[in-house]
Amino acid sequence: MTELVVKACGPMTSLQDRGRSGYQRFGVSPSGAMDMRSLAMANVLVGNAPGVAAIEFVNLGGSFTCAGGDLRIALVGAGCALSIDGTPVPPRTSAILKEGQTAQVGHTRTGTFAYLAVAGGFAIKPQLGSLSFHLRSRLGGLNGAALQADDRLPCIIQAQDGAPVHLPVNEDDRDSPVRVMLGPQDDYFTPDAIRTFLDSEFTVTPQADRMGFQLSGPAIEHAKGFNIVSDGIATGHIQIPGNGQPIVLMRDRQTAGGYPKIATVISADLDRFAQVRPGSAVRFSAVRRDEAVAAARALKEQIASLPDALVPVRFSLTTEHLLSTNLIGGAVNALAPKMSDLAP
Amino acid sequence: MSGCIVQTPRILPCGDGALSVDFGNVIDPDVNGRVLALDDALRLRAPAGLLETVPTYRSLMIQFDPTLTDYDALERLLTDEAQNVAPQSTLGKRWRVPVVYGGPFGIDLEDVAQRHGLSAHQVIDLHAQAVYRVYMIGFLPGFAYLGGLDPRLATPRRTKPRAKIPASSIIIGGQQAGVASIECPSGWHILGRTPVRSYDPGRDPTFLLAAGDEVVFQPIDASRWDELERAAEAGEPVAEQVSP
Repeated sequence: MTELVVKACGPMTSLQDRGRSGYQRFGVSPSGAMDMRSLAMANVLVGNAPGVAAIEFVNLGGSFTCAGGDLRIALVGAGCALSIDGTPVPPRTSAILKEGQTAQVGHTRTGTFAYLAVAGGFAIKPQLGSLSFHLRSRLGGLNGAALQADDRLPCIIQAQDGAPVHLPVNEDDRDSPVRVMLGPQDDYFTPDAIRTFLDSEFTVTPQADRMGFQLSGPAIEHAKGFNIVSDGIATGHIQIPGNGQPIVLMRDRQTAGGYPKIATVISADLDRFAQVRPGSAVRFSAVRRDEAVAAARALKEQIASLPDALVPVRFSLTTEHLLSTNLIGGAVNALAPKMSDLAP
Repeated sequence: MSGCIVQTPRILPCGDGALSVDFGNVIDPDVNGRVLALDDALRLRAPAGLLETVPTYRSLMIQFDPTLTDYDALERLLTDEAQNVAPQSTLGKRWRVPVVYGGPFGIDLEDVAQRHGLSAHQVIDLHAQAVYRVYMIGFLPGFAYLGGLDPRLATPRRTKPRAKIPASSIIIGGQQAGVASIECPSGWHILGRTPVRSYDPGRDPTFLLAAGDEVVFQPIDASRWDELERAAEAGEPVAEQVSP
């Protein structure tokens, strides 16, 4: 059995996949990767389906070795850098981690969340249909916990030889406003309060985790109180508690809650919003359902077409690379980027 | 609270992938019954792209894949069904849940008794004589929100919530009663503890209680705790299903 061995990692490093579905009626949070698009890219780079469980890094990186065989790995998200035995792996490019080598994952730089995928995924038993770790209910992950040094993650397959591949996909546009649909409780706010919400800049505070992002900005005033009888919560709901400061509910959110929700981040913008770092500014713009659905379709199509976007990487032919790369049958694509072009 | 029961439920947008069918901003068995009846009806007529439904006190959240679900058709279906649903007449199961009250199992029992000018025994009697309705499961896996607390026991929440209360605590807060499933923060008052695990990921079924079920509490002696706790550990429900 090939294993990925954790040498070191940050305290909130955990396994995340597409999340749990079907158990919210029993109080179980859906969880899942905070940036599903980056998860999908990391998975596609190693030949997996987009939603297979990967290691999610939160700000801090980590280091890993493997035992019992080699592993094909890829890291995507938040401008995070990967190196193997000190040699940088270009961004959004797969690599083979050989037995005895150390993979080093750097801090995230342009966002908060990054994903390390392993070809074939992990041979770990899902809980309630998912490997996603949920802190508050101790569900999923490795034995109901976040990852820590000396954890050994059993892997399903060993790496096959083959040239690395690269995904020439642009990072998200981080500057445009985060799109929301108003509701479900926009009638708990005056037209002025809704204007304040849509016209103002908010800052993501340090109170931002997998459960929710607390924002700070001009207070949004309620028109008829802020206590409602608990009703359901959707990922992306923006609730306004008594202090008028919005909280955006994220993947590890509770299943029901008792504050009015002024608006909901559209599904296509959740990944992008998740990568807005504490201290950064964010604006919201209201869109209609047809625009939100068109954006959801576009994202779905983009993820479905990721495997077609993969390009093989042409190595410079040093002895080291010849020794480490299988070039048999290597029809080299002249248009493919060189490793050096892709350096982080 | 601007509570009112609406005859025609409202369909509220929750982004592109969810909506909430809202029956009114109240805690009321009829309203909750209509929520659960709509939930049942949808199970029989599940539209394409339906992912998950989440019943709460007073609304049914419906989550769907916006790229697969025809929203207008879903809205028509819900308007049609929601206007016609009668409060669910047949409730779910009724569970008898053993509870060790007071002492280290219910550290707030004496305090609650004092506040209301009752003896600890009177509090136990009032709490154990009621039939509770499970309005919803939420907050954490298996955490049951119960209605039906005797008004004489209604106790405002603690001003300072506790960071942790033990798993399976039997608690009250305001007009509500609850069964905590796993260790969690809470501002509610702890009257006792049950060996029953409403949530156990290693057991089939994982969840014991569901919205629409009924719960009655049965006081037991602390001397029986170890035996029942071992049975629960071995995967037995320990809670007994009884006929209403």
